[in-house]
Amino acid sequence: MGELTDLTVAEIRDGFRAGDFSAREVAEGFNANVAAAKALNAFIVETPEKALAAADAADKARAAGEPLGALSGVPIGMKDLFCTEGTQTTAASHMLEGFVPTYESTVSGKLWSAGAGMLGKLNLDQFAMGSSNETSYFGNVISPWRRNDGGNAALAPGGSSGGSSSAISARLCPAATGTDTGGSIRQPAAFTGISGIKPTYGRCSRWGIVAFASSLDQAGPMARTVRDNAILLEVMSGFDPRDSTSLDLPVPQWEANLSSDLKGKTVGIPKEYRPDGLNAEISAMWDRGIEWLKDAGAQVVEVSLPHTKYALPTYYIIAPAEASSNLARYDGVRYGQRDLPDGAGLQDMYAATRAAGFGPEVKRRIMIGTYVLSAGFYDAYYTQAQKVRALIARDFELAFEKCDLLLTPTAPSAAFALGEKQADPLAMYLNDVFTVPASLAGLPAMAVPGGLDSAGLPIGLQVIGKALDEQTVLNASLAIEERAGFTARPDKWW
Amino acid sequence: MTESTYRIQGATGEWEVVIGLEVHAQVTSNAKLFSGAATAFGAEPNTQVSLVDAAMPGMLPVPNRECIRQAVRTGMAIEAQINKWSRFDRKNYFYADLPQGYQISQLYHPIVGEGAIDIVLDEKNPETSTKRIGVERIHVEQDAGKLMHDQHPTRSYVDLNRSGVALMEIVSKPDMRSPAEAGAYLSKLRTILRYVGSCDGNMDQGSMRADVNVSVRKPGEPFGTRTETKNVNSVRFVMAVVEHEASRQVDVLEAGGKVVQETRLYDPDRGETRSMRSKEDAHDYRYFPDPDLLPLELDDAFLEECRQSLPELPDAKRRRYEQDLGLSAYNAATLTADADTARWFEALLAEGARIQKKSEGEVAKASANWLLSELYGALNRLGKSLDESPVGPEEGAELLALVADGTISGTIAKQVFEIMLETGGRAPAIVEEKGLKQTSDTGAIEAAVAKVLADNADKVAQYKGGKEALFGFFVGQTMKAMQGKANPQVVNEAVRMGLS
Amino acid sequence: MSIDLQTVKKIASLSRISVTDAEAEAMVPELNNILGWVEQLGEVDVTGVQPMTAVIPNHQRLRDDVVTDGDVRDKVLANAPQAEHGFFAVPKVIE
Repeated sequence: MGELTDLTVAEIRDGFRAGDFSAREVAEGFNANVAAAKALNAFIVETPEKALAAADAADKARAAGEPLGALSGVPIGMKDLFCTEGTQTTAASHMLEGFVPTYESTVSGKLWSAGAGMLGKLNLDQFAMGSSNETSYFGNVISPWRRNDGGNAALAPGGSSGGSSSAISARLCPAATGTDTGGSIRQPAAFTGISGIKPTYGRCSRWGIVAFASSLDQAGPMARTVRDNAILLEVMSGFDPRDSTSLDLPVPQWEANLSSDLKGKTVGIPKEYRPDGLNAEISAMWDRGIEWLKDAGAQVVEVSLPHTKYALPTYYIIAPAEASSNLARYDGVRYGQRDLPDGAGLQDMYAATRAAGFGPEVKRRIMIGTYVLSAGFYDAYYTQAQKVRALIARDFELAFEKCDLLLTPTAPSAAFALGEKQADPLAMYLNDVFTVPASLAGLPAMAVPGGLDSAGLPIGLQVIGKALDEQTVLNASLAIEERAGFTARPDKWW
Repeated sequence: MTESTYRIQGATGEWEVVIGLEVHAQVTSNAKLFSGAATAFGAEPNTQVSLVDAAMPGMLPVPNRECIRQAVRTGMAIEAQINKWSRFDRKNYFYADLPQGYQISQLYHPIVGEGAIDIVLDEKNPETSTKRIGVERIHVEQDAGKLMHDQHPTRSYVDLNRSGVALMEIVSKPDMRSPAEAGAYLSKLRTILRYVGSCDGNMDQGSMRADVNVSVRKPGEPFGTRTETKNVNSVRFVMAVVEHEASRQVDVLEAGGKVVQETRLYDPDRGETRSMRSKEDAHDYRYFPDPDLLPLELDDAFLEECRQSLPELPDAKRRRYEQDLGLSAYNAATLTADADTARWFEALLAEGARIQKKSEGEVAKASANWLLSELYGALNRLGKSLDESPVGPEEGAELLALVADGTISGTIAKQVFEIMLETGGRAPAIVEEKGLKQTSDTGAIEAAVAKVLADNADKVAQYKGGKEALFGFFVGQTMKAMQGKANPQVVNEAVRMGLS
Repeated sequence: MSIDLQTVKKIASLSRISVTDAEAEAMVPELNNILGWVEQLGEVDVTGVQPMTAVIPNHQRLRDDVVTDGDVRDKVLANAPQAEHGFFAVPKVIE
C-alpha cells in the first residue's frame, strides 16, 4: 500500500474497518498534507484537532466493537458555506469574518454523525458567487494542476467550490462537500480531474448552508471516484423538516446499487450543447464519452433542448434576484462585520457595512438582483425569467421521454489561468453554460473526468439524469470512469 | 343600507371623507408563523427568539399550520373567498426591526380574497341601520421586532421577541365615509376575530392595530389622494385620526395645496397626525415569491375542518337572541357585541334553564336584564371586567332561580347579590342563613295590612275618594313592615282585599 | 433598457451599498453589459406559460403549533457586534 492519503473514501473506510490502519494514522496523514499545502490556499480555517478527535472516536469505537458509522475513520473537507457550530463560517466574505455559528448545518451534522472528521473549512468564491475562486475575501485558491507548457501560470480550480476541488485533487482530503447553484460542484470538479454530483433539488437539506439562490442551491459531495460520491451522498441526503423545500423521500442505497452495465438505457445527446466554435478537444472528449457509454451497453439518440441558449440569461436574473434578498440580512446588526462611520445613522451603517463587507462580484449580483426586482421591471425580467425557466424544465421533460440520461461536456474549456477572465464578468458567466440548465430544472447532474487535454489539463463529462434518478447518473458516470481510466494527478509543486 | 351624511364644512363647500382600513391582527397561536419560538406577550427581551427569527445565515422558514387555519377561519367568518392556492412573497426593505431584510408576506396570491363585514350604526335599530363594508383580502405575514429608543442616549435597542409572530392583514375597501363608520368597522372586526378565536383583540398590547387610509373629495367626485396613518391602536384613536386627517386635508386643499401621498403617524397626546419622513426613503419593496417556501395548497378536508370549527357568529347570534329568545334589539346587540359577554350570558341561560326546568327562552329576559343592569352595574362599580367577575354564571343563575320561584323578591335579590359580591357566598345559602326567604303566610300579611290601613286612615279615605295611586303606598308600607320578605303578589292581594 | 449613473446610484441605495462616484461610474457599463445580455429573454415566446413556482413537484408542509424553539438568547446574541442588556444595539433611530 502507498500513502494513506492516496486512498479513496471507500478504501479508507474498508481498510480502517479491516484494521489495516488506524483512523488516527489517516487523519494525521491528511492533516500533514493540509499543513504543507498553504500555497494552494484551499482552506480558510484548518481544524486538525477536529479530524483527530473524530479519528480517535472511530478508533475507540472499533476497538470496543461498537457499530461504526458509514464514514467512520474518514476525514473530509467542509466548504465554508456550511455553518459549523463553534468553527468560524465566512462564506469567504469579509462580512462574516469572525462569525462563529452556534448551530450545525443539517448536512454537515449528518456527516459528523456518520463518523466523518473535519480537516477544515474550505475556501470558495465569496457567497458561492464565481466560477474561478477569485472572489474570495481570503484570497484565490490555486489549482494544483499546471499546464505542460513549462510555464508556471497559476490556474483556476474552478468555482465556487474551488477549495474543495483543489484540496481533493492535491490529496489534502479524500472528499469534501460542495454546493452547486449553477455548476459550483461540477465545473470545479471538471477543472481538477475529480468527480462531483449535484443531486436532485431537495435531496440535501439547505438548513444551515449560507444561502445564495434558494431555488437553485443544492449541496453535494466531491471526491475522486464515483463510488466515493455515492457513499457521501447517501449520508448527506434525506428529509429535513426544517427545510420547506426538502424532499420527504427515503434515501436510496446508491452505493450498493452501483452498476456500470447500461444495457437497456438510452443516452440523449442534446444537439444544442454543440454550438459553433465549441472547443475541439472538449468536443472530441464528448465523442469519446458517447463511445464509452455505447460500450457499456447504452443506446444513444440525439435530443433537442431548444431553450438551452436562454438558460444562462435566465439564471443571471433568477440567481441575483434571490441573492439580493437572501443577502439583505448581512446588515451589521446581529452578526458579522459592522462598519459605523462617525455620526452615522442606521441606514448609513447598513450602506457602509455592506460596502466594506461584500466583494465586487457580490455587490454586482446584489445590484443586478435589486434592479430586476424593482418597480416597473419585475415582470419584464423576473416573471419572464421564471416562465423561460419553466420552458427549460419542459425541454428536459420532453427529452426524457426519449432517453434516460443526457451526456454533455461539463465546461466549455479546461481550467483557465487566474486573472484571465476576471476583467469581464460576462466571459466568466459563460463558463457555466453547460451546467446551468440542469440547475434551473433541479435535475441531478454529475461531473466525471474523462482525460487530459493537449495542455495536460483535465477535461470531463457531465451526466444529467431525471429528477430523483441519481442512480442512473452515478451508474453512467461509473461506466465512464471505468473506461476513461483517469489516473492522472498533478505533480506536487506546492 | 344607510348612506352616510357625514360632511366636512369647508370654505368652498362640503367635503366627503373616504376611509379604508388595513388592520393587522396578531394570530392567536403558541408558536410563531415560521419558527417554533413562543409568542407570549411580555417576555424578557430576545428570549422568544429562535435562530430563524434572528435571521442567522442558512436559517429557513417552515409555516405553522394553526396560523394558516386561523386565517382561513377568519376568512370564512366574513364570507370571503378562500384561496386554495396561495403563496408567500418577500417584501424587501432594510430596518433594524426586520432581521431578514425582508418581511415574508403575501402580495400576489393572498390566502383570503373578497369578503364583507356588516356594521351597525344605530344599536337600537340594528336591522335598519347596517352598512356593508367590503373586505379586499386577508393575508398572512410576519410581524417585525421592536426598537427601544429611550434606553440609551445614542443607541436604539432591538428586541426580536415579536419578530416572526403571525399577523393577519385585513384590508378593507375604501367603503367608509365617516369616523363613526370607521370606528364601527374596527369594533365589528374585533368582535368577529374574538368570536372566531383567531385574534385576542387586545389593542393595548398591540394584538390589533390599524393603518388608516384617509382621503377627501367633493361629493360625487373621484377619490382624492390618500394618506396612510400607521399603527393606530384603538377605536377611539381611529375615529380621531379620520376626523383630524380629513379636516387637515380639507385645509390643505382649500389653501390651494395638494395632499401628499405619504405615511403619517398619530400622536395621541396632541390628537394629531404628522408626516413620517424617516420611512419615506424608498418605497420599492421588490416583492417576489419567497423561494424558501412552496405554494400553499389547502385541501378540502382542511377547509371542512375550518368551517366546522367556526362558532355561531355575532350577527347570527344577535338575530337569534331577538327572534328565539325574545330579547330587545338593544339587549341582543349589547350581549353579542363581545364574544366573552355572549359566552357568559349563554352559560347563565343554560344554568338557569337547568335549575328552573324551563326553556332558555323562558329565562332569557330576566337573565339578560340582570346581567346588563345588576351585574354590569356592580362590575362597573368594582372596576372589574366580566371575566374577573366575583360572581359566575352558575351563581347568578341560582340567584335568579330564587326570584323566579318566589323564594325571594327582586328587592331582596339585590341585597343577596351584594352579599354574594362581598363574601363570595352562594345565593341559596345566604337566603337561608340570613332568613331572607319571603313569606306567603296570608295570616301574617293580612295582619300587617290591617295595621298599615289602620295607621293611615286619612290615606285610606283619600284612596277611596278616588286617589288610586295610593295603592302602591299601602303595598310599600306593608312590605316595609314585613322587612321586605313578604311575597309581593300576596301583599297586593291582601291590600286589595283590605281596601275593598 | 439602458441604465445611467443616476439609476446605478439608486440601485446602490436600494441595496444599501454605499458607492463612490467613481465606483458608480465604473458600474454603469458593467451592469449595462450584463442587463443588455439578459434582455435576450424578451424574445422568447412565453404565451400561456406559467412562471415556475417549484422546481421539483413538492407540497408545502405545515408545522404543528408547538413551541419547540427560542429561549436561546445567548446563542442569538453570541455574534452581535454590539449587544447590551439582552438587546442588540444599533445607532439611535429617529422615527
